[in-house]
Amino acid sequence: MGARVDRRSFLVAAGLLGLAGCGSDTGRGGAADGPLRHWYHAYGEDGVQDAVRRYAAAYPGAKVEVQWNPGDYDSKIVTALRAGAVPDIFEAQVKVDWVRQKQVVPLDDLLGDTRDDFVRTLLDSQTVDGALYGIPQAIDTQVLYYRRSLLEKAGIAPPRTVDELVDATKRLTASGVKGLFAGNDGGVGVLTAPLLWSAGLDFLSQDGKAPGFDDPRAATAFGKLRDLNSSLLLGAPTDWSDPGAFVDGLAAMQWTGLWNLPKIVAAHGDDVGVLPFPRLDASGAESVPVGAYSAMVNARSADVVAAKAYVKWLWVDKADHQTEFATAFGAHLPARKSLAAQAEPLRDGPGKEIVEFVTRSGRIASPARWSSRANTALSDAVSRIARQGADPAGELRAALEVARDEIARLDR
Amino acid sequence: MTRRRTALTFWLFVGPFALGLLAFTYVPIVWSAYLSFFDARDTVTPTEFVGVANYLDVLTDRAFLDSIGTFTVFAAFIIPTTVALSLTLALLVNQIRVARAFFRSVYFLPFACSYVVASLVWKMSLFSGVDSGVANTVLGWFGGESQAWIGTVDPPLYWVVLITARLWLQLGFYMILFLAALQRIPEHLYEAAWIDGAAPGWQTFRHITLPGLRGALIAVLTLNLINAYQAFDEFYNILGDSRGYPPFARPPLVYLYYTSLGSGGQDLGRGSAGAIVLALVIALATLLSGRLLRRAN
Repeated sequence: MGARVDRRSFLVAAGLLGLAGCGSDTGRGGAADGPLRHWYHAYGEDGVQDAVRRYAAAYPGAKVEVQWNPGDYDSKIVTALRAGAVPDIFEAQVKVDWVRQKQVVPLDDLLGDTRDDFVRTLLDSQTVDGALYGIPQAIDTQVLYYRRSLLEKAGIAPPRTVDELVDATKRLTASGVKGLFAGNDGGVGVLTAPLLWSAGLDFLSQDGKAPGFDDPRAATAFGKLRDLNSSLLLGAPTDWSDPGAFVDGLAAMQWTGLWNLPKIVAAHGDDVGVLPFPRLDASGAESVPVGAYSAMVNARSADVVAAKAYVKWLWVDKADHQTEFATAFGAHLPARKSLAAQAEPLRDGPGKEIVEFVTRSGRIASPARWSSRANTALSDAVSRIARQGADPAGELRAALEVARDEIARLDR
Repeated sequence: MTRRRTALTFWLFVGPFALGLLAFTYVPIVWSAYLSFFDARDTVTPTEFVGVANYLDVLTDRAFLDSIGTFTVFAAFIIPTTVALSLTLALLVNQIRVARAFFRSVYFLPFACSYVVASLVWKMSLFSGVDSGVANTVLGWFGGESQAWIGTVDPPLYWVVLITARLWLQLGFYMILFLAALQRIPEHLYEAAWIDGAAPGWQTFRHITLPGLRGALIAVLTLNLINAYQAFDEFYNILGDSRGYPPFARPPLVYLYYTSLGSGGQDLGRGSAGAIVLALVIALATLLSGRLLRRAN
């Protein structure tokens, strides 16, 4: 009997200890016992991982553990945010649903005097209901890379309108080389936004209260992707975000990121030209998408104050780290105007041109109020138009309905 | 005392698995059913009860209905193909007298391969869209033009990639099931049939082998049906990526993944409603197929 009581006592004690252990890590705003945990997605450029670990190790205020996350990082983050206190700090683009669910904390107080030094549109893209939830780390953009020699050989001028792009793509397609590579999904993923902008439209209206593509010109613009379809490179071993297809000569032009500029120039030297996405017609506009991963703080972090202090140190105070992070491993633009002006790799050549594109016609690629569901509906519609020859007007009507529903939900 | 010890041993061995089943299967099912009646965007502890709104949303969502429709057609194709090919392989392996273990292993080996690895080999090597891809090289030998196998929608060449990957991965498993069933058919039945004048071949297959395989056939058909509706790995890895998935050849589980967890949204209420509807569709299809098979027998 005595033994049974002892076992029971042990189990009760063990259970209580277990419960206590569970409780210690989940309290919002409680005291932090352990290090701050900082998550990044896996950058493709060599050296970034070592650099961010070095920054974390140099932080004097707390011990910071960096986690590098290959694979489907965006899904991992949303699952982690739902589940608990880890990570304390992470990079992502602000989603309005995270704000509504109180999963992230406002960071306006971190900027201080530097607010005006950050690119304004970037801050706006990370702002929901007037509060800033992410500190931009660097600016990424995408441009049209082309081989000057191939265009010259074919007697084609660099395309300045969408029709010229379609024409150039067709004429540059020859045996073993396709005119353009914009991803193995036929450009649906990366060209949807530039096509909207080319027609002078957008995902959302200017005040964000309505879809921005309730216009017949959207159908015209997406129809151009159908025209491009037969001359696009499909089934490449790597996707649009990697320079492989362009570097290996599988395509004469590729739509890909600024971050690939060093590898592309290393492969083709002076034979590389860059362009923004062209305008549809005189009423449209040239564009390059501008996106930024921002540092955000998990509202369930065991020590929100410590996490915010670290974010301020890393992405507001340590200008040398920010410059190195943006420019030393691949080409990105620093998120602060004063640092971008000093960035050596972007002072001449294609790098300088791309900086001008961003300044002149940069558009926010992923507005916080543009929901995932609305995005899926639109990209399904564009895919059916471009790849299956579906009726553009009918497809867009369905996508508009979903977008309106989603906007109404956000304002409920 | 012995009884207690037996009970203790039972729980020692069964307990951890029962707990795992409870924690990772039954609790999620019940929780999912609960979530399906709430607005559960980005949360597993929702507060806003929405009744059957999620079910109405899902049942009127073209993407979900397309996914169910497409995969009903997929099931109608892949099930008979798998049964016919795996049964043929089993008959061939059963008949040979030399190196039977070798062939059995060779055909079964792909089943041990990860779906993800196989998908990547199919996508990046066998059916890559560049000239150096294996399928395009073979096409080139016969003067054919290179094809973007995964990217070509009209005609839908991506099905060639998806179906060959699935057949390669699963034929061996079903072949082993048939082989085991074939080896359980008593030899004396064949001998009696030959004595009675039945010719070896179609006659004995029709009247002895096929009836002897009845149990295995029902098992293979049912497992195939459920597997077809649960298709995810090869589809996600061949056609999808973290940014999304094209609207064609989107199986129900990929739709549910993007709705509930992936970058397409974080709507656990709608995703759960879809999961419950899908579970009901699978249960109904399984019951119907079971009833039809019993009637046919």
